[in-house]
Amino acid sequence: MIEKTVAELSGSLSRGDISSVELTQAYLDRINQYNSTLNAFVTVCEESALTQAAQADTARADGLTSPLLGIPLAHKDIFCTSGIKTSCGSKMLHNFIAPYDATVVSRFNDAGAVMLGKTNMDEFAMGSSNETSYFGPVKNPWDTDRVPGGSSGGSAAAIAADLCAMATGTDTGGSIRQPAAFCGITGLKPSYGRISRWGMIAFASSLDQAGPICKSAEDAALMLNAMAGLDTKDSTCADVPVEDYTADLNNSLQGLRIGIPRQHFAEGLSPEVEQAVREALGVYEKLGAQLIDIDLPNNHLSVSAYYVVAPAEASANLSRFDGVRYGYRCDNPVDLEDMYKRSRSEGFGDEVKRRIMVGTYALSAGFYDAYYRKAQKIRRLIKQDFNAAFQQVDIIIGPTSPHTAFTLGAKTDPVAMYLEDIYTIAVNLAGLPGMSVPAGLADGLPVGMHLVASDFAESLLLNVAHQFQLNTDWHRLRATAFEEGH
Amino acid sequence: MEWEAVIGLEVHVSLSTNTKLFSGTASIFGAEPNTEANIFDLAMPGTLPVLNKEALRMAVKFGLAIDAEIGKRSVFDRKNYFYPDLPKGYQVTQLDFPTVGKGSLTISLEDGSERHIGVTRAHIEENAGKSLHEDFHGMSGIDLNRSGEPLLEIVSEPEIRNAKEAVAYLKKLHAIVRYLDISDAIMAQGSMRCDVNVSIRSKGSTELGTRTELKNINSFRFVEKAINSEIQRQQDVLEDGGTVIQETRRYDAERDTSSPMRSKEFANDYRYFPEPDLLPVEIDDTYIEAIRATLPELPDAKSARFVSEYGLSDYDAGVLTATREMAEYFETVARSSGDAKMAANWVTGDLQAALNKNNWDLAESPIQAERLARLIQRIKDDTISGKIGKTVFEAMLEDGSDVDQIIESRGLKQVTDSGAIESLVDEVITNHPEQVQQFRDGKEAVLGFLVGQAMKLSQGKANPGQVNQLLREKMQ
Repeated sequence: MIEKTVAELSGSLSRGDISSVELTQAYLDRINQYNSTLNAFVTVCEESALTQAAQADTARADGLTSPLLGIPLAHKDIFCTSGIKTSCGSKMLHNFIAPYDATVVSRFNDAGAVMLGKTNMDEFAMGSSNETSYFGPVKNPWDTDRVPGGSSGGSAAAIAADLCAMATGTDTGGSIRQPAAFCGITGLKPSYGRISRWGMIAFASSLDQAGPICKSAEDAALMLNAMAGLDTKDSTCADVPVEDYTADLNNSLQGLRIGIPRQHFAEGLSPEVEQAVREALGVYEKLGAQLIDIDLPNNHLSVSAYYVVAPAEASANLSRFDGVRYGYRCDNPVDLEDMYKRSRSEGFGDEVKRRIMVGTYALSAGFYDAYYRKAQKIRRLIKQDFNAAFQQVDIIIGPTSPHTAFTLGAKTDPVAMYLEDIYTIAVNLAGLPGMSVPAGLADGLPVGMHLVASDFAESLLLNVAHQFQLNTDWHRLRATAFEEGH
Repeated sequence: MEWEAVIGLEVHVSLSTNTKLFSGTASIFGAEPNTEANIFDLAMPGTLPVLNKEALRMAVKFGLAIDAEIGKRSVFDRKNYFYPDLPKGYQVTQLDFPTVGKGSLTISLEDGSERHIGVTRAHIEENAGKSLHEDFHGMSGIDLNRSGEPLLEIVSEPEIRNAKEAVAYLKKLHAIVRYLDISDAIMAQGSMRCDVNVSIRSKGSTELGTRTELKNINSFRFVEKAINSEIQRQQDVLEDGGTVIQETRRYDAERDTSSPMRSKEFANDYRYFPEPDLLPVEIDDTYIEAIRATLPELPDAKSARFVSEYGLSDYDAGVLTATREMAEYFETVARSSGDAKMAANWVTGDLQAALNKNNWDLAESPIQAERLARLIQRIKDDTISGKIGKTVFEAMLEDGSDVDQIIESRGLKQVTDSGAIESLVDEVITNHPEQVQQFRDGKEAVLGFLVGQAMKLSQGKANPGQVNQLLREKMQ
């Protein structure tokens, strides 16, 4: 039962095959059994989850039939949850209890979902391996010596090990899609502005976007239905009508024009990953789609531009963590400056400090034009590349990551780590919707296929992903060690 | 050497919106510390700003009032610095694309001439909270009630030449924002604050000298004193062969001196960049014109109208339009009494004196416009004399009852009964035979003395016109 998709579980719940309390208990048992190995959850809310589940069962008995009613869910620990610790993977917030719910959290609550707990993540979402978490790294269920990807590694590992039915993530440069790829599951980063950022602890405001981490494209559509939509509390939230994202799932792909970016199949891509993605593209051809080679000529600049813009915004976003009002404060400060310096030096980890320094430098007098302003120009060029591409094609497909999950501790050079997101970052810079779906195995590890659509074309994106999943079983594969009953 | 000063003002006014600039919290002066601060004002992680549209409307209104370019696309920026009363670690302000661009206003100088002073820009930004350094046993207290309140920072061109012009500029700004009803602009409460940039140069020079910035000036009077003191200080430095250092100085009004706060070398690098949590604000002509339609008559226009419509002198019109309240008060008195000149005299004279003496705002005056108008009517219809009018006015300050009732109950009504006046006149003629003879010998001036005697006998209540006429008749 625990391996089923949300769509399937929703059917089981409505038929009365199982109650939400039973389902919730089953996941809680799984968490109990495997979390010490995986370190996917930082907080488990056993009591409140069972209360929510009982309420969902009552609501269902009273005739309520929302598709997410009673479905157990995990939130990335970046979303504020009223009365429950929200740490953002940092010592800085290890004791922080938000007095309010993020919009994403309230929307799932309103839909009747059951919150099992909060998932581990790279500190302040800064990382591509989940190794920067103050609470220790998350392990990849496919090979516990390997990273799950990051920064939403806890959510991805929890889905891959069936510790929950669905999970939330956030994606600033690939933080949903890359862990989804490494863990062999489905992850969607919607268009910038599609989902409210209210209550989601900011890393880089102009790039951050929440999204679903789940077991199928259909589940992503069901989750997006609950998450998307205008929120007057977030000025950057788009006033674009919310569709029923399940409506177009079964559209035919006959005549679909798929763009294959040459720059995503170039040097640096592992041959096994390339082979898996090429085979997946073959599936699309059989479904009537047309493959067209395209260029994204400025793609090679995306990582550099990102590592100016994102740290610059982060350097300001993280200024509020000063030890004054909440969060970590150093012991016995002698004066204000000492309190600032030590609270921040002791409260933040190395990667966070590195990015604050990079961002501060990039915005400094005399360097602004050379870094920040230039990065913004590159950002516009990258957006233009995509605009031009979408004149020719309906969707762009390539690998999510150049390789499969790497070993814990393997990447010690920060720049090598930054290059992890070489295929995903441009999508954030351009504000487009992107998705990773399992497309095969390479040496026994999952390969992710990256799909990108034009602004707010989430329905098409989900349709294209869903059709692939109707014709393949990669998204159903589980690591043997975590198969049910194992 | 003869020196001339170059002065520019940066004026912050608190916009009187009901809620803060980016959060829905009420903005109330003087509330208990930290009771008007919500999760956004506390910079809780995950909170986001939403622009208060009323603040934008007020800024545009100000821009239109000073005939400024209105930014059709304004952009908010983050100004980064650490301070405990700045909870986000950055202030949201507008750097390159302010809502209000170049404009100007006119100041009147004491010699009756006028000058245009350019306004470089006016931008919207959020206020910081307050740090309280006393009563916390070596610690500091932070009050975030003020944090996030909307401010309009109005930056002048460096076109002001002396302290008096600076005060005139400041008073004009004060009048405009009060007329527009966009700020209380009370300097003592900090809802209008002023930083002054001063430099001096040899007269006639076109180069600018090194400037200093004076902070912490909280009254019009101190602005004048602070500028004069700084001009003198710079002059002393230069004449002693020294150089002026670019720095920020704190003015101490009590000792009338300033001391350095920080020099340029220690200035913060604020690392401005566009605020990614807010989209650029786009406004169109329809929006601007709708606001223009709500503009009230402004001080200069009102003053000109008072001259043409009521025949007031430029000076009186200027005084009466200095505040919107005063202008409205005057117009009510003028219209209800039917005599604008008398209204102007009473308002600028006795009323103003009473306000000054008691340190009252116009709103606190016990004599409302309609009551003063009634008093003027009673003088005009000869119920009382102008002189008794002053007595009635004094009584009205203490006694809130009806003007007629005051006149009646205190027996101040003018004597117009010809029999009564005749007997007064007879008594004066009997008592002053010498002066009567002088009058009959052609010394006209003596009549005034005799009238005065009769008025004195009547305790001021006799109608002076009637007394005058009857005396003449009787002495023929």
